[in-house]
Amino acid sequence: MSTALVTDLTIFVLALLVGIEVIGKVPATLHTPLMSAANSIHGIVLAGALLIGITAHNAVGYVLAFIAAFFAAANVVGGYAVTGRMLKMFRRKAQPPAAQAPAAEAAPAQVPAQSAPDTQS
Amino acid sequence: MNTFTTNIQLVYVLAAACFVIGLHLMNSPATARRGNQVSTAGMAIAVIATLVLLIHDGSVTGIGWTVLIVGALLGSIVGLYSARTVQMTAMPQLVSMFNAVGGGAAALVAVYEYIHDESTPGGVLGTTSVFTVLDVIIGSVTFTGSLIAAGKLQGIITGQPVVFRGGQVINAALAVIAVGTGAFMFTTASLPALLILVLASLAFGVMMVLPIGGADMPVVISLLNAFTGTAVAMAGFVVGNWALIVAGALVGASGGILTKLMADAMNRSLANIIIGGFGTGDSVVATAVAADAQIRSIAADDAAIQLAYASKVIIVPGYGLAAAQAQHGVAELASLLESRGIDVSYAIHPVAGRMPGHMNVLLAEANVPYPLLKEMDEVNPEFARADVALVIGANDVTNPAARRPGTAISGMPILDVDQAKSIIVIKRSMGTGYAGIDNELYANSKTSMYFADAKKALAEMTAAVKTLVG
Repeated sequence: MSTALVTDLTIFVLALLVGIEVIGKVPATLHTPLMSAANSIHGIVLAGALLIGITAHNAVGYVLAFIAAFFAAANVVGGYAVTGRMLKMFRRKAQPPAAQAPAAEAAPAQVPAQSAPDTQS
Repeated sequence: MNTFTTNIQLVYVLAAACFVIGLHLMNSPATARRGNQVSTAGMAIAVIATLVLLIHDGSVTGIGWTVLIVGALLGSIVGLYSARTVQMTAMPQLVSMFNAVGGGAAALVAVYEYIHDESTPGGVLGTTSVFTVLDVIIGSVTFTGSLIAAGKLQGIITGQPVVFRGGQVINAALAVIAVGTGAFMFTTASLPALLILVLASLAFGVMMVLPIGGADMPVVISLLNAFTGTAVAMAGFVVGNWALIVAGALVGASGGILTKLMADAMNRSLANIIIGGFGTGDSVVATAVAADAQIRSIAADDAAIQLAYASKVIIVPGYGLAAAQAQHGVAELASLLESRGIDVSYAIHPVAGRMPGHMNVLLAEANVPYPLLKEMDEVNPEFARADVALVIGANDVTNPAARRPGTAISGMPILDVDQAKSIIVIKRSMGTGYAGIDNELYANSKTSMYFADAKKALAEMTAAVKTLVG
C-alpha cells in the first residue's frame, strides 16, 4: 500500500466516525432535512466531475464529463435549495394567520418567515 | 506537493470542516438553517478551489470547458427548479432523485478514470483499481435503485412489492457476475469487462428495489443515501481528493444511522426488508380480533364535543394524512382547539410517512410549531393523561397487537394510543395496513371510527367544533 492510500483510508475512517458521532445527535424532527443536507453534501462529486475535464480530450471523455457535471450540479444546487426551503418552515411559534398562504404557494409565501427568534436559542 | 496543490488541499480541508460543522448545527431546529448555510459555504469554497485548480492546470480544452460549464449550468437549473417547485409530500421522490444523480455522477467519474487509465500503460492496475471497481458497482446500483424507488414513491411503478419467481436467483447471479468481473478487472485492463460490470450493477439496482413495498421506503431511501455517500467517497479515492472522501464518509454515516433507526422502528432486520415484503418469509399467526368485534362509528358533532371539551388532545398522524394532503386541515383544527386552551400535541412515529422525519416536515409546512411535534419515547407516557387521541391515517404503528408475540408486527415499537381515555380514528375504510393484519385498536371499547378521507373529515370536525362553541 502506498502512503497516499494509507492517508486516504485514515481520512475515510476518521470522517466516518465523526459522521456517526455528529449525526447520532440529530433529533427525529429534522431527519428529512438531515437527509436532504447529506444529499447536498454528496454533491461534492461535482468536484470529481470537473476534474475529468483535465484529461478529457476525446468525444467519450466529453460526453462523460457533460453527464457527470449535469448530474452533480443538479444534486448540489437542488439539494441545498430544498434543504433551505424546508428548514425555513420549522418555527418555534405559529405564524400570524396572514402568513398562512395556500399550500401551492408555500415557498414564496414563506420568504418573510424570519428566523430571528429561532436563531437566538 | 508544491505550494499550489498544498494550498488547494488546505482549502478542501476547510470545506470538509464546514460540512462537519454544518451537520453539527442540524442538532436543533433553531440552528439548522445556519448549519445549511455553513455547509453551502463549504461547498462553494470546494467548487471554486476545483475551478482554480483546473485553470491553473491549463490542460482543459475549449470544448472541455464548454462541456463542463454547459452541463453544470443545465444541471443547476434542473436542480433549482425541482427544489423550488416540489410539494412537501413529494420530498421522498426528490431526495431519491438526488441520490440517483449523485450515485450516477460518482459512477461516471470511476468509469472515466478507468477508460482514461486503460489507455496509459499500467495505469489501471494501480492501487486505485479496487476503489474504481467499487465506485462503479455502488454508484450504478444506487443510480437505478434510486430511480426505481422514486418511481414507486411517485406511483409510476406500483408500490406493492414486485416479486417474481427466480428473482433471488437472478439477484445472486448478477452479484456473482459483478464481483467476478470486478475481480478480473484488478488484474486485466478490459473495456468489455467494464461494460459488463456497469450493466450487471445497473440491473442489480433495479432488482434490489423492485421487491420492496411502499411502507419500507423510509429504510430504502436511507440505505440508498448511505450507498451514494459511499460511492462518492470511493470516487474520492479514485481521483485522490480528500474533500470527496470526507463528504462521502459523512453521508455514508448519516445514511447508515438513519437506515438502522428506521429498521429498528419497524423491528425488522435490513435483510428481511431487502428480501421481501411483509409476511412473505415469516409465518403469520392470525390475530385475535374476532370477526364479530364491535366497531363503533362516530358523527362529526359527537367527535367535536369530545374534542372541544377535552383538556389534552394528542394527534397521531400517519401516511394517510400525507396522502390526503390534509396537513393544513389538521393544523387548522389543532389551532382552533388551542385557542380554547386545550393542550394539543402531535405524536410522530419514526416511520410515519415515506422517509425519515417526513411527517415533521409536512406539519412544519402547515405552520405547526416544532416544539409540539413529539417523538415516540417522549409522547408515549403522555397518552394516559390524554382525553382524546385523534388518529389520522395511521394504522400499524398504533396496533396493540405488536405487544404480543406471534403477529406480523410483534415487537415493533408502537405509539401507546390505547392508553388514552378516548380514541377517535379517522380512516377511509376498515382496510388493513401494510402488515395486512387487523388493528385491535379499532375494536377497543374506547375507540370510535370516523370513516372518511382525512381532509374531508378534518374539515367537517373543524366546522362542527366552530358551530358547537360558536
